[in-house]
Amino acid sequence: MLDNLSLLTIAPIFNVQLLLDGLFIGAIFALAAYGLALVWGVMNVKNLAQGDFVIMGGYIAFTLAEWGLHPIIGLPVAFVVMFAFGWIVYVLVIRRVIDRDLFTSLLATFGIAIVVQQVLNQIYGPEVKTAESGFEIRSILGNQVTVADIKLISFLLAGGLAAAIVVFMKRSRMGQAIRATAQDPRAAKIMGIDTDRVYAFTYSLNAAICGAAGVLITMIWVIQPFYGITHSIRSFVIVTAAGFGNLPGVIMAGLGLGVAEQYSGFVLGAEFQQATVVGLLVAVLVWRQIQQSRIRQVVQ
Amino acid sequence: MAATRRTLVAATALSAAMALGAGSALAKVEGDTIILGSAISLTGKYATNGVHAQNGYELAVKKINETGGVKVGGKSYKLKVVYYDDESTPARGAQLAERLIKQDGVQFMLGPYSSGLTKAIAPVTEKYKIPMVEAEGASRSLFTQGYKYLFAVLSTSEQYLASAIDLAAEIAQKEGRKPQDIKIAMAFENDPFSLDVRAGVMDDASKYGMQIVIDDKLPRDLSDMSATLTKVKALKPDLLIVSGHSKGAATAVRQVNELKIDVPMMAITHCEAAKVTDKFGPGANDILCSTQWAETLSYEDEMFGTAADYDKLFKESFEGYTTVPYQSAQASAAVMVWKDAFERANSFDIEKVRDAIAATEMDTFYGPIKFSEAGNNIAKPMVLRQIQDGSYNVVAPSKWASHPVNYPRQASD
Repeated sequence: MLDNLSLLTIAPIFNVQLLLDGLFIGAIFALAAYGLALVWGVMNVKNLAQGDFVIMGGYIAFTLAEWGLHPIIGLPVAFVVMFAFGWIVYVLVIRRVIDRDLFTSLLATFGIAIVVQQVLNQIYGPEVKTAESGFEIRSILGNQVTVADIKLISFLLAGGLAAAIVVFMKRSRMGQAIRATAQDPRAAKIMGIDTDRVYAFTYSLNAAICGAAGVLITMIWVIQPFYGITHSIRSFVIVTAAGFGNLPGVIMAGLGLGVAEQYSGFVLGAEFQQATVVGLLVAVLVWRQIQQSRIRQVVQ
Repeated sequence: MAATRRTLVAATALSAAMALGAGSALAKVEGDTIILGSAISLTGKYATNGVHAQNGYELAVKKINETGGVKVGGKSYKLKVVYYDDESTPARGAQLAERLIKQDGVQFMLGPYSSGLTKAIAPVTEKYKIPMVEAEGASRSLFTQGYKYLFAVLSTSEQYLASAIDLAAEIAQKEGRKPQDIKIAMAFENDPFSLDVRAGVMDDASKYGMQIVIDDKLPRDLSDMSATLTKVKALKPDLLIVSGHSKGAATAVRQVNELKIDVPMMAITHCEAAKVTDKFGPGANDILCSTQWAETLSYEDEMFGTAADYDKLFKESFEGYTTVPYQSAQASAAVMVWKDAFERANSFDIEKVRDAIAATEMDTFYGPIKFSEAGNNIAKPMVLRQIQDGSYNVVAPSKWASHPVNYPRQASD
């Protein structure tokens, strides 16, 4: 461990590689996490199937690549398909649990996650899949650092998509309705907003965002039917750290998590890369708890 | 009331008798047919390879039956295998083994698919003292339990990448360097199988006194190992070894190219399962892959002919195969062990047949077979193939090599 740390000081160039890789992948984490923040904030549903939606998007890109299309076309396709899928899931399941307590919605979304995993396993089998973008890989800084174009493109696409969603939430009628519902569902209802439709739209938009993130993940990492859970945990860590209505916070936490994973993989070894995510979740929860108790004391 | 009870007793007795009758109908040898039994994964996560194994069993049975069958006591017998689908779950596998032995009266078993299933079934066959010849369970831990009735035709997991170490030492000596100067970077998944592979590599590396500069464990849901590979880039080892099922193979090959890791020698497992040549094209070139068997090997026997003949026959017999998986070849070899053992025992006495299996010493298209005390095949080496321009060519051990090894590996642009 110390050897690896000293390696980073002797050859600082490798910090650049770790930082870049972390930021690129972190942007995609932030995207999926923003979807979770939306659903959590607006509907108070903690969607445990978040990562499985990401993986579904990945399989859409993989399928398109199998058909001879470029997987990047999967981005709009997955967005639309997953939006529709989200709507169906909302109508079938989420609508029925939205007013129930925390456990019901947790169990319901956990159930959705299991069904998605098993269906993907039946269709695609358990072996890992990838979709190749075939884009250039650039060497910079004297061949010591490489940047795959697909990572850069994903980074930009993730940013663009996030920006588009922000504009949508601010400007469009539906976006305003979503924000109104998030603030006070009863008041929104009285003002004539069809909150049921808002919820359906929010959940579907989240699924669509996840699908898009999944398309990007498949071109950078590998996917497998049961990999959803790690992406779910990442989203939860980011949202818990950043809070719901805080998009800059989500982006910062996402990028930070990406970088943290790369560094822990380098310093502690690959098996601790994901352990870091869970470790950070615990740390964030403890921190939040301390914060909360301070606020409570102030109130007293 | 009494009448009803009597009827019930009679019915129970009758159904018990029927069950017994059904059981004996499927005993070990029925007329001129020897019954073998196998629980095999036809559905679930191992289904693909389970079917490969079943096809291997079936091809050998067909071939043996066509070429005179099994001769015992001057009489010719045919082979037949009874299969049950274990749904890729160990508990179900153990149940079905119990059913094959207790209910169906099977006394000669063929193995299931995977180490996990074999681990579940072996205690059952051991309990009933029923010999099992298995072809798909490679875990070393299967052969440290002192099992007397378990025999495996394949090489065990610790041999999977050990030949890469020998090859690295060979090349070092050729280049006038000492094997002690060789630096190895390795990443193994943290699961029993991959750790067995790692143990074999560690043994051989320490035998040569090689230095291990990176020893990372990969998580179960591995999808990124770029941090480990960045370390590889920094430390410049002579040999990079990765084993973590097909996810390990896919992730390693993709990211080695993405990070332009320039390592002169790279050895991995599960290349075929991860389809690295289809997916990564030239990016997979010069990578060494371990395999149990390849159709280009010069192994040969009287029944199937050469490995290439087997390959041809298999492709003719089953549709949809462009390459023959080694899982099928070794399954066929397991059936050949049974035939050979029956004929040498010249009897169907279970103990005599078991002893005959233990004394097996034969050459097959799949490779030589000779069992250790523990029951694993010690005669057949693992071979290393190198991906050269998209095709798999055997490069080590040198005795079986069909092509010279490309060294150093060229990082693709």
